[in-house]
This record gives sequence, structure tokens and C-alpha cells, in this order.
Amino acid sequence: MSKIFLVAKREFSVRVHKKSFFVLTLLAPVLLALLATMPIIVMSLKSSDVNVVAVVDDARSFDTVLVSDQTLRFVMLKEDANVADLRQNFDALGYYALLHIGALNDAGEPQMLKFYSTKQVSLEVQQKVSGMLSREVEQRKLHAYNIPQLEQIMQDVRVKLHTNTVKWGDNGAEQNTHAGIAMGISYAFAFLIYMFIFMFGSMVMRGVIEEKVNRIVEVIVSSVKPFELMMGKILGVAAVGLLQFALWIVLTLLLVSVLGVFFSLSGLAGGAESLAMPGLSAGNLPVPNLPNGGELHLLSYLSGFNFAWIITCFVLFFLGGYLLYSSLFAAVGSAVEAESDTQQLMMPITIPLILAIFVMLNTFQYPDSALSFWFSIIPFTSPVVMMARIPFDVPAWQVALSLGLLYATFVGIVWVSGRIYRVGILMYGKKPSFKEMWKWIRYK
Amino acid sequence: MSYILRAQDIVKQYVGHRALDGVSIAVPRGSIFGLLGPNGAGKTTLIRIITRITAPDSGAIYFDENKMQAGDVYSIGYLPEERGLYKKMKVGEQALYLAQLKGLSVSEARKRLRCWFTKLDIMPWWNKKVEELSKGMAQKVQFAVTVLHEPKLLIFDEPFSGFDPINTEILKSEILALREKGSTIIFSTHNMASVEELCDSIALIDKGRCVLHGTLAEVRSSYSDLRYELRYVGDSEKLAPALPSDFTVSERREEAGLQVAIVKAAGEGDANRLIQSVASAVKIEYFARLTPSMHDIFIAAVKKGA
Repeated sequence: MSKIFLVAKREFSVRVHKKSFFVLTLLAPVLLALLATMPIIVMSLKSSDVNVVAVVDDARSFDTVLVSDQTLRFVMLKEDANVADLRQNFDALGYYALLHIGALNDAGEPQMLKFYSTKQVSLEVQQKVSGMLSREVEQRKLHAYNIPQLEQIMQDVRVKLHTNTVKWGDNGAEQNTHAGIAMGISYAFAFLIYMFIFMFGSMVMRGVIEEKVNRIVEVIVSSVKPFELMMGKILGVAAVGLLQFALWIVLTLLLVSVLGVFFSLSGLAGGAESLAMPGLSAGNLPVPNLPNGGELHLLSYLSGFNFAWIITCFVLFFLGGYLLYSSLFAAVGSAVEAESDTQQLMMPITIPLILAIFVMLNTFQYPDSALSFWFSIIPFTSPVVMMARIPFDVPAWQVALSLGLLYATFVGIVWVSGRIYRVGILMYGKKPSFKEMWKWIRYK
Repeated sequence: MSYILRAQDIVKQYVGHRALDGVSIAVPRGSIFGLLGPNGAGKTTLIRIITRITAPDSGAIYFDENKMQAGDVYSIGYLPEERGLYKKMKVGEQALYLAQLKGLSVSEARKRLRCWFTKLDIMPWWNKKVEELSKGMAQKVQFAVTVLHEPKLLIFDEPFSGFDPINTEILKSEILALREKGSTIIFSTHNMASVEELCDSIALIDKGRCVLHGTLAEVRSSYSDLRYELRYVGDSEKLAPALPSDFTVSERREEAGLQVAIVKAAGEGDANRLIQSVASAVKIEYFARLTPSMHDIFIAAVKKGA
């Protein structure tokens, strides 16, 4: 046992002292925080750049309609301005684009609306312009009907309804919930666990291959049992993973709050959101459609999630899944002499993991479906799929059953892997087939 | 005689071939024991069984007269033929780690390592990374780590590979010094000259079987075929007719102005009779009984099995 600890200690300290660990640990939260605050930053950066649109309005009926804002300014040209002339001098004039509004037809609509520019006019600008003009024409048409008190009627008929969800707790408590946020958390944690298993599992595999290629393994196994060496490596790398995860959470929270304060724009929302999804690109998620006054409510919705429970489950499922898969990774690593030889042997490992990801994509929308249930119980897919279900409140017995099965399977798999490993690390030459590895398991 | 290690009827079967087929060896305490054999004979498998890296299918190992226990590996130091170090780790740090795996405390390991590193002249490399070391340097580090915990039994598999002659001499004298201090050494090599120089007894393994076993003197005498080397001045044609009837010339050449002949005795052989007969025909300058070299014995033993 003390030898497992010695080996684990070395594995841990070698990896933690590497520059790449330092860089990745620091850089990942920076990237995540940037992602989380990107919309805010982009908004604040964009305002400095003003696009000028020159307008030739043949009817001169929209002079006051096109309203300039922070990013877009309109310059109304005289009606005798000629598009062909403007085209000649376009570059010298420094306009972003030229908008040509044609004369009005009988219905009061411009006969044509055309942008001219040397570059592609952005969709945003086009939508702004068409929006302003459409609204104006709409208003004019409505006014043409001469309906008394039109303003009030319009105010009155304009509605937008929001749904709210309330979750009934066991003890009669009511909690505001938000399916969108639950989906976000679900997706984020499930994907994170998948990433972690792969990342740290292959770290174990590379470590095993390194020892074999270095030929240090025989020196070591003359004083340490192969099983102890394997377990030490697995546990050492697990400690690296947990440390990294903890640092990421702390650093991301720190950074997001710093950035949030710095840009002083809805810092609360940014901070809360990234708490829900460390390690993931917020951009890919179905962005929760927040009701009015989003920021303040977001906090109350987030408080509806038991983050201590979610994080605890994450750590338990990550550890279980990682232990299960990393021992398989170690067995594969022991059987080969170069990482490039691992592909075929990796198949049985990657297939259940990828299957889990596919099921997860269904799970975070239908967390209680039969598919989700069974795959969250079956050990090889349970870490990813159960993690996707946790934010939607899974009965404790299911979590317990899933964890129990996961750790029991780990014990079985680590025994099998250990038997492959102890033969594999001393075998050089031909890459073994599955049949040969099966025989290794049964060696005395 | 007291044996530090006895292996009895060791059998180990791998997929498709039998690596060891009932091998028994006995290693006398305080001796240097040569474990010899052609490539693929099963030496490494036997060593791995002795070091408990793999288990035999059948047979037993006795260490210090008792059936071998898991804890006995602490009393063994093993320098494998395929040996390496973690390239990215610092030399001292790594040596300390390996010493701790052998059960030494950090402070004790540091003390002994300092002593050995100084002795082998590698102390200045303590804080260097292994990848900066030359092959010979790395070998010295491995040697120091192997003997550090002062085990009763040391197993060296091709210990001199990668060493220049000067370092080889240093290592040889360290190995002999270890024997003086009471360690037993199992020494596996293909270098027959160093076997003759160092070993007290040997075992020769071929195709998973032990084909020769005993002290160097015993093995030599069992392979001795009564050959004499004769250097003389005179007509080489006169030599053969002058020999007694049970002697024949097996080899003839000229070297440094002298005729050289290797004469083989068919039966009992008697140097006196041979010299008397030959002396009448030629002028003898040099006469010696040839003992077979380990090189010859190795080849003869392996050929006999084939």
C-alpha cells in the first residue's frame, strides 16, 4: 500500500511540476472566462467603431426616420445625388455603405431598397434599416385609417407572455426553476466528465507507454508489484485531475468576477452563468431565454440548483468513470510500444464513451426517458449520462445504484487490466491481438 | 554448502513456447554465479521468476533455505538488461525515488546515494536531468541504485554493456568488493572473458533446460579433452611420426618463427610420455596443457544440445 502511495506521489509531482500543467491550469479559466464574458466585451468594443451609411432618398420621405445610434450613423444626401457619381468617389468619401431608397408607390412603400458598398453589408445593418423603415410605413398605413385613440389601442394589444416553472419539493417548498439553465448545466457537466475521462485516461496510457519505452519498467517492477505500479499511476493522475478541476473552478470564478467588474456590465449574470458551466463553450448551448430583468432572476433560478450536490456527484462519477476507464487505458498502454499503435486496441474503450455522448445529447432534453435511465445505470456509460440527468433531480436510489455498479465494475475491470498490464509491460516486439491478451489474463 | 538461492524444477509456459522446462539451479552463498546461455534460452525468464516479477507454472524457489516470500524481494537487487530511467526526472530525485521503492527511508537513501555517487564519480550530475547523461553515466546511476539497499543477492544482467574499458574495470572491482562484503551475485552475460575472470560457479541454460551446472573448475574439467600446445624449432613434418600412438596433431601453424602444434590425446594422455617422444624429433621451446576456455565450453555445450 505504501508503495502505491510512493508511485502515486511521483506521478502526481512530476505532472504538477510540468510547465504544461501550469499553463493549462492558468489558461483554461482565462479562455473560459473570456468565453463567458465575450458578449459583454464584444459589445463594449464594438461601440468604438461607427459605420456611416449615406442615404439617397428619392422621395425624401424618410429624413427623420433613420435614427443614428452608437454603431451606425446615417447621412442624408441631397435628392440630386447620383448613385453612379457616388460610386466613382465611394472610397474617398469613406462611407460604409450607400442606401438608395426608391420613390414611393401607390401603397406608400418604397419601390426599391438597395445597399451599395464595396464590402458585404452586414445583416445587422440591413435588419436595422429594414426594421426602421417597415415600422414607419406600417405606422403611416395605420394612421391612414384614421382610427381614434390609435396609440392606446396599439399599446393595449401588444403582449408578450412568459412561462415560469415552479418545482414542488418533498417538504412543500417551492422553487423557481428554469429548464434552459438545467439543460445548460446538464450538458456542461456531462461533457466535462467525458472530456476529463479521456484526457486523464490517455494521460495514464501515455505514462505506461513512456515507462515501457524508457525500459525503466523492469527496474521498477523488481521492487514494486505491477499492480501496485498501475494503481499508483492511476491514483496519482486522479489527484492531478481533481486538483486541476478545483483550480479551474476557483480561477474561473475569480476571473469572471474580475472581468465582470472591469466591464461593469451584468457582471452578476456572467459570474453565475460560468459557475454553471465551467469548462464549456457557452456559445454552443441553447441560451436560456430569460424573462425580463434577466440578471436578477437568473440568480434566483440558479439558487434553485443544489450545486454542492451536483459537484459532489460530479467528483464521484468522474472518479468512478476515470478509475474504470483509466485502468483499461493502462492495459492498452502496456500492450503497445508507441502511442500510434493504440488505435485498434482503443476501440473497445472509445465506443462506450462515444455512445454515452450520443445518449447524453438525448438525455439533456429528455432526462427521464427509458434510454436515459438505463444508460445512466449501466457502468460504462453511467458517468456521462447520469451527470446529464443530475441537474433534473434524479432519485437518490438511482444515483446510489449507478455509483455502486460503477465502483463494483471498476474493481472487476482493474483486476482484469492488472493481469494484462503485468504481462504487457514486459513484452516487446509484436503488437498483441485481443486473443493473446485474453490468454495473458489467464496466466498464472 | 550453504545456498542463498535454489530453484527447483522451474517450468514456465508462454503462448506457443516453453521458456523454462524444469530448470534447477543452486547459487552458493557469497559467490559470483554466472548464468549463461544463448539468446532466448530462458535466462531472463528465470531471473524474472527469481525476482518475483512473474510466477512459475510449477517448481519452487528457496531463498536463504526457506521457501521464497514476497518480502524477500527487498533482499534482492536486480539490474535488468533492458534498463532505463525516467528521462525528464532529475538524477538525484529519481535515485531517491527508486531507493524508497526498495524500502529505504529518504534520509538513509540520501546518505548512501551520496556515498555511491562519490565513489562512482557522478555526484556532479545529481541535479541534472537524466536525458543529459551519457549512456555510461546512466548505467552508473542504475548500478548505484541496484546495490544501494545492500541486498543479500544481486542480479546483474549484462552489467558491462555500454561501459568503456576504464569504467568496466571500476565496476568489476566494485562487484568483487560486494562479494567480499558478503553479497552473493548472479551474473548473466555473453562475455565469456568476464565469466572466467569473475565467476566462481556457473549454470548454462539452453532451450529452457539447464545443460551445465557447477563450479568453474568442475565445468572445466568435465569439458577438458587433454590437449597440449607445443612450440618447437624443427621440421614440422617430423613431429607427427614422432608422437606416441595415442596422440594426434589436431592443429598446426607457424607463429613468430616457431612451429606451433596442438596435440590431442585419445586416451589417458601422459605429458611425460609425449615430451619424451617429441623431444627426440624436434627442439621444444614451450609446452602447456590446454584448458578449455568458457567460450569453447559454451559453444560445445550448446552444440551438443542441438
